[in-house]
Amino acid sequence: MKAFLLISLLGVSAQAAIFDQVQLPQSNISFVSKQMNVPFEGKFSKFNAQLQFDPERLETAQAQLDIDLNSIDAGSSEANEEVKSKGWFYVKNFPTAKFVSTSVKKLENNRYEVLGNMTIKGKTNPMTILFDFKPQNQNATFEGNFALKRSQFDIGEGIWSDTSVVADEVQVRFKFLVLSTH
Amino acid sequence: MSQTYTKTAISLHWLIALNIAIVFSIGVYMHELPLSPHKLQIYSYHKWAGITVFLLVLFRLMWRYLHSPPPLPETMPIWEKEISEVVHYFLYFLMLAIPLSGWLMSSAAGFPVVLFGIIPLPDLISKDKELAGLFKQLHFFLNMSLFLLVFLHSVAALKHHFIAKDNVLIQMLPFLKREKTL
Repeated sequence: MKAFLLISLLGVSAQAAIFDQVQLPQSNISFVSKQMNVPFEGKFSKFNAQLQFDPERLETAQAQLDIDLNSIDAGSSEANEEVKSKGWFYVKNFPTAKFVSTSVKKLENNRYEVLGNMTIKGKTNPMTILFDFKPQNQNATFEGNFALKRSQFDIGEGIWSDTSVVADEVQVRFKFLVLSTH
Repeated sequence: MSQTYTKTAISLHWLIALNIAIVFSIGVYMHELPLSPHKLQIYSYHKWAGITVFLLVLFRLMWRYLHSPPPLPETMPIWEKEISEVVHYFLYFLMLAIPLSGWLMSSAAGFPVVLFGIIPLPDLISKDKELAGLFKQLHFFLNMSLFLLVFLHSVAALKHHFIAKDNVLIQMLPFLKREKTL
């Protein structure tokens, strides 16, 4: 009984922690796109994430993500060169993709939903992202994915806007390891 | 042993020949194209046609195993018969090895094959840039070999018809066959 009490107390104290130290080396952002129905994977190796997440006080939760679009790996050097060009991300003028949260809601168990605004190539669109929050002692992982429609951000203009070759929808996956310091 | 080719064998021979002519021409045309939706489309068509050849050849080998081709004319010297046999072995080998090397190249390059945009083929090996380069060279070398052997095969067929004046070519012609061999 005592042991049970202790465990539940520990459980409560772990729940009360605020997670706000994103461990970038143990975090990743990748994506899957499709051309001619052929899936191909890519990733971003450089990004910055700021997070403040207290599962007991979701109204205070905040997240901001800045992705260095120059760090894109779209699967081949030819593709990397192409997606940085003017018709795609136009990284020379818009080097960063930014997501800023507006609110966080709990769905069920470990599953949460964050609403926010995504800005890419000068276009801002509202975005809903689902993620799983898994606390473990002082660590927690935030893992999720969302579908982004490239046409909403003019990613791939001109001849590339034909979504029958390169699909409009891009699946973005992320996993962040975050420490609690409180 | 049968004295003629079956209609199925003749159909397979010409169907595969036509398919190879198309997929080979696409291959020559596409590899220097700049990256564009057109290129992605053409690459997919090339892969679909190549895998189709592979499947047709598998079926043809099975058919050939069950239905022996007619014997070569008695008038042919032994060395010619031997060369003919070796060339045919190589033709079959190449018709399987070429699509296979293309499939391996696709797997290694990280651009898997989705047959007709519907059926995803498994990756034969995992992504590896160096291997992709090696398979590209192999694919090219095997294709040049096939090109030379098809040339030899055609010249030999014409020699049978116009110089030896036997029925080797006529046996394989799709429409003329019946009247002439009776």
